[in-house]
Amino acid sequence: MSMNRREFIKIAGLSSILGIGGVAGVSALKNSVEASQTSKNPEALTAKRWAMVVDMSKFASEEDFQPCIDACHRAHNVPHITDNPKHEIKWIWPETYEHAFPGNEDEYRAEKYQHMPFLMLCNHCENPPCVRVCPTQATFKRKSDGIVMMDMHRCIGCRFCMAGCPYGARSFNYKNPRPFIDESKKNPEFPTRMKGVVEKCTLCYERLAKGLEPACVEAAKEVAAKKGTTPGLIFGDLEDPNSEVRKILSERFTIRRKPELGTGPSVYYII
Amino acid sequence: MYNGGKILLGLIIFIALVTAPFWLSGKQATAKPDPKVDTPEILKLPENERQCVESKAYMKKEHMKMLNEWRDWVVRDGLTVYTNSTGKQYTMSLQNTCMKCHSNKKKFCDECHNYAAVSPYCWDCHIAPKEKEL
Repeated sequence: MSMNRREFIKIAGLSSILGIGGVAGVSALKNSVEASQTSKNPEALTAKRWAMVVDMSKFASEEDFQPCIDACHRAHNVPHITDNPKHEIKWIWPETYEHAFPGNEDEYRAEKYQHMPFLMLCNHCENPPCVRVCPTQATFKRKSDGIVMMDMHRCIGCRFCMAGCPYGARSFNYKNPRPFIDESKKNPEFPTRMKGVVEKCTLCYERLAKGLEPACVEAAKEVAAKKGTTPGLIFGDLEDPNSEVRKILSERFTIRRKPELGTGPSVYYII
Repeated sequence: MYNGGKILLGLIIFIALVTAPFWLSGKQATAKPDPKVDTPEILKLPENERQCVESKAYMKKEHMKMLNEWRDWVVRDGLTVYTNSTGKQYTMSLQNTCMKCHSNKKKFCDECHNYAAVSPYCWDCHIAPKEKEL
């Protein structure tokens, strides 16, 4: 059979059109199941920008703040590493005044303020430097509610974010954290982390999605109920003028950590 | 043929070496994977509710892509509820949805993954359910 160039090109063109069409047809069939839909849990707590107020008058001693730390670390399977302070993993932790608010020291300031256990956590900044430096977008700011999130699946452990964060809110897993998690206190509903990733407070996004307040806020409420006072941690929407947080901010004098850096921290302290 | 004997001998040795893996492993054929779905959690369900989030064929073929999508939807987009092709709703979670029914990671996940020599890193972080003796 002889074929001239014109016929050959015709047949070649036709078969490639058929081929592309066929592939498209098959993949359209395959995607029919993926037309399924996703949605938010209707019970989820939502806000434009979550914020927290720490009322230091409620945190005098260890028995006031330790339940908050324990609740957080239990909920998120945070390992308890004590052998090397550099390997410590912290989501929420107490800090002295001079470490919390550097540049504001005063040798004559009353002793009780110097040694107050200021509760530190991720500030969920408005303009987070950790997000800017992350090369894989493993840490990112959620547009819906302003939470600075961690996607552990993407973290490559470069630790740029730790250098970027001016609050020391991030911890690196220098070793496998699993042996340091108390088996009896493990939360089987939340993952652990692996060696080589950075972790931090995620403002309990998994609890918010279920309609629950963050674990530390809940623990602070329990402590307050026992003592008959108001809770030391108040959580709410910074952009809602009627939220509890905004009410406190409009009435009380509050300070934030290192606001001069322009990161716009969302954690406020009443001293 | 010059040096015919040597060439033939060399060829035989070469073919024997190349095919050695087949000869050596052929005797102990790897057992075909046989993932089990008979966990107590699944058996507890009434017969007509023993349905995965999507059809068995789809899950068999596409579960890895689906898990990837679930991961991005939950972690990055904050969406937690999945509505499947029949309209039923599920919370998207490997640890709290998939493994609540498939509580037999060894017989359900590892069975095929080992056979196919794939090692997904799910369990480096996610906590696998405690293995139960059936």
